[in-house]
Amino acid sequence: MGATILTIIITAALSSNFILVQFLGICPFLGVSKRTNSALSMGIAVTLVMLLATLVTYPLYVYVMVPLGIKFLDIIFFIFIIAALVQMLEKIIAKFSPSLYKTMGIYLPLITTNCAVLGVAQLVIGDTFYASIGLAEASSMNLGYALLYALFAGVGFTLAMVLMGGVRERIEKLPVAKCMKGFPITMVAAALMAMAFYVFTLL
Amino acid sequence: MNKYGKITLNGLVTNNAAFKLVLGTCSALAMSASAINGFGMGICVTVVLLLSNVLISLLRKIIPNAVRIPAFVVIIATLVTILKMFLDKFIPDLYDAMGVFLPLIVVNCLILGRAEAFASKQPVLDSALDGIASGLGFTAALTIMGIIRELLGEGSFFGLHLWDFQIKFFTNSAGAFFVYGICIALFLFITDKVEKSFRKKKAQLLRVNNGEPLPAPETAEAEATAKEAE
Repeated sequence: MGATILTIIITAALSSNFILVQFLGICPFLGVSKRTNSALSMGIAVTLVMLLATLVTYPLYVYVMVPLGIKFLDIIFFIFIIAALVQMLEKIIAKFSPSLYKTMGIYLPLITTNCAVLGVAQLVIGDTFYASIGLAEASSMNLGYALLYALFAGVGFTLAMVLMGGVRERIEKLPVAKCMKGFPITMVAAALMAMAFYVFTLL
Repeated sequence: MNKYGKITLNGLVTNNAAFKLVLGTCSALAMSASAINGFGMGICVTVVLLLSNVLISLLRKIIPNAVRIPAFVVIIATLVTILKMFLDKFIPDLYDAMGVFLPLIVVNCLILGRAEAFASKQPVLDSALDGIASGLGFTAALTIMGIIRELLGEGSFFGLHLWDFQIKFFTNSAGAFFVYGICIALFLFITDKVEKSFRKKKAQLLRVNNGEPLPAPETAEAEATAKEAE
């Protein structure tokens, strides 16, 4: 139990980091990582949506779609649930905390088309997912593990975003060759970060 | 150049999805570890893009403007579900290689982007051509990256073993980011050069047509000032 939890935390946040190892959620990683603050806000927003989405999609898949034999509709169901959740979250935040809405609000609609959210919903229902988090058999997989994975995948996502934000703040002030400006130099910086994260996959 | 040529060139080169617009990056990075996977992913995206463009273009007058994005998403998600079943049945190797990135075609920005920017406003034939051109541009980019990464990382070309020299860096995630970055930079460099030479030729042609004398060969000084202006 304790060992499994530790494995999930390390796997989700570091050794299969969503951005730098699994390439999920690259769009916000490139688009919203110009400043550390905005990267942090985006990271927290994505983590929240990932957690909520898993909370809804995992039970729906296991307790409704599998017994009814409509597994094949997973993509359509999940994308709708995510879109609805994002819309709801936006309304709730706007109502209760206008200041938070101002800092986070513009990123929320973008999250619907974020690979990381649909990615986590699809990953945790995968046939071989239990093995990747160190469980011995498929039947011991449950909602708690799925939620823990979603939470720490979000933490890993936020970590990569914030680190990249810090790097990019500095890159902007450097004299970079014209054709390397913007995306190319960011990609090369990301490559160096991915090399650092590669060490965790050897654990 | 006629309208269709323009759409094709736009999708393939000038607005290349992977190298110029940097859309669909997740799948581009994840599926380019080998040339054949990159090509397979590209073709899958092309098929979905073509069909979604055609359907959305046909339905563009029926779908109300306020709910167009959810409507597009339903169409794309349905197409991807069908594609997933098809691959599972007929090309299981590619199905396994794509893993979670097959359902993630739904949130590939390229497909929703073309639906919103092109297919929702243009007639069917134009949209179909745009879908094929953008899709093939994406496929070409992924295949090029796949070839580079496979050649350096595995020492093979489309699965054909060539030599034993391998740099494992290129097959893991760091190599993906690195190769993608360098490919974008090279693409921008080359298109920039080609565009400049085109502009020069056009200006010369205009002068000839107007009966003006051709400009004297540029002096080193003029070139230096031009470079500074850049």
